[in-house]
Amino acid sequence: MMGNPSIPIEYFVILSAVLFVMGVLGVLVRRNAIMIFMSVELMLNAANLALVAFSRQWGDVSGHLFVFFVMTVAAAEVAVGLALIVAIFRQKQSIDIDELHQMQG
Amino acid sequence: METFATIVPLVVFIPLGGMIINMIFGRQLGEKGVGAVASVAAASAFGVAALLFFALSRFGYEAAVINPPVLTSWISIPSANIEIPWQFRVDTLSVTMMLVITGVGTLIHIYAIGYMHGDSRFVRFFMYLNLFLAFMLVLVSANNYLMTFVGWEGVGLCSFLLIGFWFDRKRGDGWKNSNAARKAFIVNRVGDFGFLMAIFMTFWTFGTLDYYKPGEPVHAAEAAITETAVAPVAEGGTSGEGGTSSEGGHSTTAYAGPKGIFGQAEDMLREGRTIRFGNTDVPIRVVLTLIVLFLLIGVTGKSAQIPLFIWLPDAMAGPTPVSALIHAATMVTSGLFLMTRSSVFLAAAPAATFVITVVGAGTAIFAGFVALGQWDIKKVLAYSTVSQLGFMVAAVGLGAYSAAYFHLITHAFFKALLFLGSGSVIHAVEHGHEHAHAHGHDEAGAHDPSLAHDDHTAEHALHAIADDIGAHGDPSILHDDATHADAAHAGGQHTATNTPIPETAEHEAVFDAQDMRNMGGLRHRMPITFWTYLIGTLALAGIFPLSGFWSKDEIIGAALRSGFTNGELKGFIAFVLLLLAAFFTAFYMWRQIRYVFLGTARTEAAENAPESVNLMTIPLIVLAGLAILGGLLNIPLGISVGAVVLVVAIFAAVVFLLALRSQRRTISGGMLGFQLLIGVIVVGVAFAFGNSVEGLTLWLEHSVGATMNLGPFNPLLAIIALVVAVGGILLAERIYGRLNPLTRKGRDPLEARADTRPAFALANAKGYTDAIYGALIEQPYNRASKWLADRLDWDFWHNWFHERVIFRGFNNAANFLGEPVDRQGIDRLFLLPSRAIRWASGRLRGLQTGYVRTYTFTMLVGVLLVIFLILFPLLRQLIGG
Repeated sequence: MMGNPSIPIEYFVILSAVLFVMGVLGVLVRRNAIMIFMSVELMLNAANLALVAFSRQWGDVSGHLFVFFVMTVAAAEVAVGLALIVAIFRQKQSIDIDELHQMQG
Repeated sequence: METFATIVPLVVFIPLGGMIINMIFGRQLGEKGVGAVASVAAASAFGVAALLFFALSRFGYEAAVINPPVLTSWISIPSANIEIPWQFRVDTLSVTMMLVITGVGTLIHIYAIGYMHGDSRFVRFFMYLNLFLAFMLVLVSANNYLMTFVGWEGVGLCSFLLIGFWFDRKRGDGWKNSNAARKAFIVNRVGDFGFLMAIFMTFWTFGTLDYYKPGEPVHAAEAAITETAVAPVAEGGTSGEGGTSSEGGHSTTAYAGPKGIFGQAEDMLREGRTIRFGNTDVPIRVVLTLIVLFLLIGVTGKSAQIPLFIWLPDAMAGPTPVSALIHAATMVTSGLFLMTRSSVFLAAAPAATFVITVVGAGTAIFAGFVALGQWDIKKVLAYSTVSQLGFMVAAVGLGAYSAAYFHLITHAFFKALLFLGSGSVIHAVEHGHEHAHAHGHDEAGAHDPSLAHDDHTAEHALHAIADDIGAHGDPSILHDDATHADAAHAGGQHTATNTPIPETAEHEAVFDAQDMRNMGGLRHRMPITFWTYLIGTLALAGIFPLSGFWSKDEIIGAALRSGFTNGELKGFIAFVLLLLAAFFTAFYMWRQIRYVFLGTARTEAAENAPESVNLMTIPLIVLAGLAILGGLLNIPLGISVGAVVLVVAIFAAVVFLLALRSQRRTISGGMLGFQLLIGVIVVGVAFAFGNSVEGLTLWLEHSVGATMNLGPFNPLLAIIALVVAVGGILLAERIYGRLNPLTRKGRDPLEARADTRPAFALANAKGYTDAIYGALIEQPYNRASKWLADRLDWDFWHNWFHERVIFRGFNNAANFLGEPVDRQGIDRLFLLPSRAIRWASGRLRGLQTGYVRTYTFTMLVGVLLVIFLILFPLLRQLIGG
């Protein structure tokens, strides 16, 4: 196996899970759109970490490959998301996500 | 003959064409043109009838049934075995009627051009007249009852239209006229019911309505009635396909083809068949008696017999040419035609003929009596017409068809003459009235001496008046003025004082130009009218040798033979009643002459009355000629009738030349006279070629058969009849001879005498017929209609049924359906799901908070759930395994 084999897979998975949970909590708790955005990024990266870890574990490159895709999509997502946030800000002079509840039934 | 008679549809279509031309071009043609078109149409129809007459007498009197080129099949329902073709019957009977209708009709058309001059509906009048001729000719030329019925109703319609022609006269006269028209129409509907019943029964019995089938001989039918032993007649026709009869398609005589109703009736009589009506079998004799009685109801309506005669006197509200043509000469005789056509039925129904005779004779005497007490010049003539029709109907009842027809023809001549004469008088008096008021007395006085000639022969008078008109052409003498129609009523402010005016109540209100009390002395003022009127009067009274003498004598002779030779009750009754009626006839006619023409004028109007225009007097003269010579039609002496007609033609030619001499101003008058002359010459030539045509009796026998009840001329009877007539005239002369000035208050001498007053009052009140009919029919009818209108229609039908049952019922039903059913039931049922959905959605909308957090959390929970579901089997394995 490549790299340091002494670090077992569980560590990676746990870290990934922690990061993911942090991301989820961020999305659920924060009201600032940018913070939520960052939390979403955190979740994506948590997933990327898990993918990379399992890729190293099984010696299969498709994990890496998948990560690249995720990163590409995330970049695109950031572009669109930030643009949206800018647009919202222009509209409302605020990026407080709780003020965006026009869809309330 | 068959081929020649195919021109018969023309006799109907020519007057119809005249009507259509006037309908389309009437406005452009102007009065003269319209009158000319109508008169030429009538004259041409006369020409066609004359040609048919010629053909019949030339080709052995062979009757023909003609299918017109168009409308060959009229009513055809093969599944129900009903086949009623539109066919014309040409035989001596129908041709006789055609000649009378078109001949007298032509003269009256010409007269009407003068009479209706200036009327606002001139065109319409002539359209109606032509339409009338067309329908009348359909009536007489029909070959089945239904077609006759079409004509019958058509002439009724025209009669209605023409009686009410002046429906818009002022001062309630319009109402009077239109009421008279309605009365005629309604009373005739009662009669039509009888005719229709007869038609239905005939159809039920024989399965056809055709009088004769094509090719069927008349005499084959008649032989059976007179001879009980069947003598086959060797005449045969081969035409005609399968018989349409459902009841009796049998024949035992030599003629084997299909038979019309009369042929079938004779076969059935010979076999003594019964006809099934409902559940009962009725012997054919009884059936025929019923048919004849129903026909009689129709006849009493159309020919104005008791009890339906009441419309005819009122019908005189129409213009005088209408009274002359429709209500004296032609339409009212259609009942006679109908019964003569049905002579086979009559012969089989002695009980019915008894009724017919009694009805006829009763009508004759009753109407003759009523005529004694009338003041209106036309009413006298109207009742006279009813009375004379009674003579004819009685004659038919006695089986003397030829006598009836003879009287029908002569009556058409002299009664048309009298009516036209009365029209001339009325016209003149109206005009004189107007003249007197318009010009004052000076001018009237200036006219008077020139016209008050001492002695007048007809010719002298004719010259005098012709010169008078020709010389100074005074338009007032021709009275061209348009307002003659209203002249009679312009006298509301009648305040004349110079002349003795009868002081009856109605005279103070409105001047009545038809009231004989307003006349008198017209002999000097209108010589042509007077002399022709006198001829008509004498002919009607039955003075030798005028036409009425011969025809009336034949009827009374028939009654005498029937009563005393054959010992029949009906003949005895008829003889007594008719002789008395003849006495009345002479009496009331002479009374009229006395009132109208003799003595001196009793009003200014009569003093200033001018003679009528030539257009009106020429027909009078021609008709007078016919009234004189008409008796020759049936003189059984072998006199060539052609010669007679040529005499008439020469007479007409003289008149025509006279007319032409004085009539420079109006070409059309001369043209019409010329037309007339041509017509008469055509007939004369036709007669001449028909080489010594037989008398009317023999002539009609070819159609009616050998049941004519001929008898020898009875000199004693002729003397009796003459004595009666002269007696009537002398008595009238004795009573009315000292008439001038009238007895106080314009009372009739009969009224002035205490012993005759009730009788006069009875006659004057028309025998209280109007009161009786009012009490028996009108009032109950009115009460019944009032009851029906108030109780049944308003109270029951409107108030109860409509308002309560329908309106309220509907409301209640609507309320019930609307509130409990629709709103509470159906609406709720269907609102339930919608409410449920709304409630559910109200609950569910809470899920959509709009907060991203919520959605995210939801998603998280969902993801966890999915993961749990995926992992659950593994967990179970772990736990269970």
